[in-house]
Amino acid sequence: MNFVALRMLTGDRAKYFGLVFAIAFCTFLLENQTSIFANILNRTASQILDVTDAEVWVMDPQTEYWEQTKALKDTDLNRVRGVPGVQWAVRLFKGNPVARTREGKFAACFLVGLDDATLAGAPRRMLMGSWDRLWEPDSVVVDKAGYILLFPDEPLQLGRTLEMNDHKVTIVGISDASAPFVSLPVMHARYSEAIDFLGRERTQLSFVIARPEAGVSPEELTRRIAAQTSLRARTTQEFKWDGIEYYLKNTGIPVNFGITISVALVVGTVVAGQTFYLFTVENLKQFGALKAIGVANSRLVGMILLQAASVAALGFSIGTGMAATFFEITLRNLATRGIVLMWQCVALTGGCILFVTLVASLLSIRRVLVLEPAEVFRG
Amino acid sequence: MQTIERAVSCRDVKKHFGEGEARIEALRGVDFTADFGELSFLVGPSGCGKTTLISVIAGLLRRTGGDLLVLGRRLDDLSDGERVLFRRRNLGFVFQQYNLLPALTAAENVAVPLLAAGLARRDAVERSRALLSRLGLGSRTAALPGGLSGGQQQRVALARALIHEPRLVVCDEPTAALDHASGDAVMRLLVDNAVQPGRAVVIVTHDSRVFHYADSIARMDDGRIVEVTHADVGPPPLDRPGAHESLKEVSL
Repeated sequence: MNFVALRMLTGDRAKYFGLVFAIAFCTFLLENQTSIFANILNRTASQILDVTDAEVWVMDPQTEYWEQTKALKDTDLNRVRGVPGVQWAVRLFKGNPVARTREGKFAACFLVGLDDATLAGAPRRMLMGSWDRLWEPDSVVVDKAGYILLFPDEPLQLGRTLEMNDHKVTIVGISDASAPFVSLPVMHARYSEAIDFLGRERTQLSFVIARPEAGVSPEELTRRIAAQTSLRARTTQEFKWDGIEYYLKNTGIPVNFGITISVALVVGTVVAGQTFYLFTVENLKQFGALKAIGVANSRLVGMILLQAASVAALGFSIGTGMAATFFEITLRNLATRGIVLMWQCVALTGGCILFVTLVASLLSIRRVLVLEPAEVFRG
Repeated sequence: MQTIERAVSCRDVKKHFGEGEARIEALRGVDFTADFGELSFLVGPSGCGKTTLISVIAGLLRRTGGDLLVLGRRLDDLSDGERVLFRRRNLGFVFQQYNLLPALTAAENVAVPLLAAGLARRDAVERSRALLSRLGLGSRTAALPGGLSGGQQQRVALARALIHEPRLVVCDEPTAALDHASGDAVMRLLVDNAVQPGRAVVIVTHDSRVFHYADSIARMDDGRIVEVTHADVGPPPLDRPGAHESLKEVSL
């Protein structure tokens, strides 16, 4: 009887496509909005995750997330280095200077100052140039998006100059740094130069990044550093989630996305669920005839579940395909680079669709089970 | 082996719906029989209980009183699952509005009872095509119900009722939606294919044009059988003086 169930489902093309596309658009909306939401929150940790050399971050005890820094004392670096289990620890500076081009275009930037000796903390991927050239005087590496922001409609080119805090600096590399939460250029320079590019303050040490020795976990090292130095020490993942939680608690982002996602969930699933339920109700006469003929209730339940499963699977696949296509297209856009369809969002949406389909199926099944087969004799 | 004398035997069968002030007595003590090899008509005005009676006979509704034997089985002794199985194996249905599945071809519609019984799709459809050919629809086996005339659809419905060779065929107004010629053709096919030894047909109808096919006509009124006429005790009901007029009144 499976083919009978499927033919009943696909027999009325208009209703069938309506049902499939209701689920497809619901899927698309949910996957799209949840993925954008998750990716935007992930962006708050882009510069943390770009530092792949270190696994532990040390900061002022009051620091809550990456954007919010209070300078440490220069001696704090040595205190961290003195903690047992630290393989190495280096300085990392973060500031927001203004960079100005010769043509007068300017932009506030994220400037990351890397340890002069090791350049530890630099993103791995370079599009042009090399990290070694940062040892040249007054040099910076800028990310591609930042370059395009500062030099719109111009080809990528090394050797161009910028003015930062009365310093003429030369672009010696173009990196593929992860997109930050705010669309500002991301620049890297040596620590000693970066603090000059911003303007000297009494203390400049934003973070100490460290790596544990073999056999010491990052979590254990953070506990040791915190205990011994009274500084705040977090693993890379902990620091990432600190930032995400900060934005969730202190900004309107979750509310905005929450509303959109809720509307998508409610409208999409209600439309899809109701359409499927109505489909069954409109076919009650056919189900009644099948009951009268001698098709068992268990078989009818199987038929409805098969109809629901097939329409949900098809709608979900189409919706996921649409979402994947959307992100594939927007991935090439500078502003939306790095925003991808996350498998967690696909799984979450799949769960929602499954739940709604199941509820609609159960309601439909109930209508069919309580249907008196004698109804078919009544006109 | 047990010999069953009658296909259907109702003794003082009662059926009511609802309780208290909303209680409706649909059957008030029906005595009705249908014999094997015969075409038994149930006639009467709307609301007299015909549909309720065939629903009870077909095991679609449970009686609330009296005694009922269908093909020698007391249906009330059967569980719901056993009743479904009993219907699947022994009963064929023809409905007024055909109730064909619009998405299935004629042959696939006919094959539904065989599919429900677990027969493979290919075999079931093959047997359905053969039966449709016998019923004069050999060229329309692949047509969807929407592409068939009313008479053709009812012939497909008839084939669906007969494909699994049931011992009792229950028809509800099988000719009501058809013109005279189509209705007559359906009745002839029904008589030729369903009325056989060991098999019985019970038809509920208002259509006086087809009364002459009946072996017996039971007239119902207000939940009771008020008159039974047998063809073998005299001329066919419509030829019997006065019968025609009385049945016409019934049909109105």
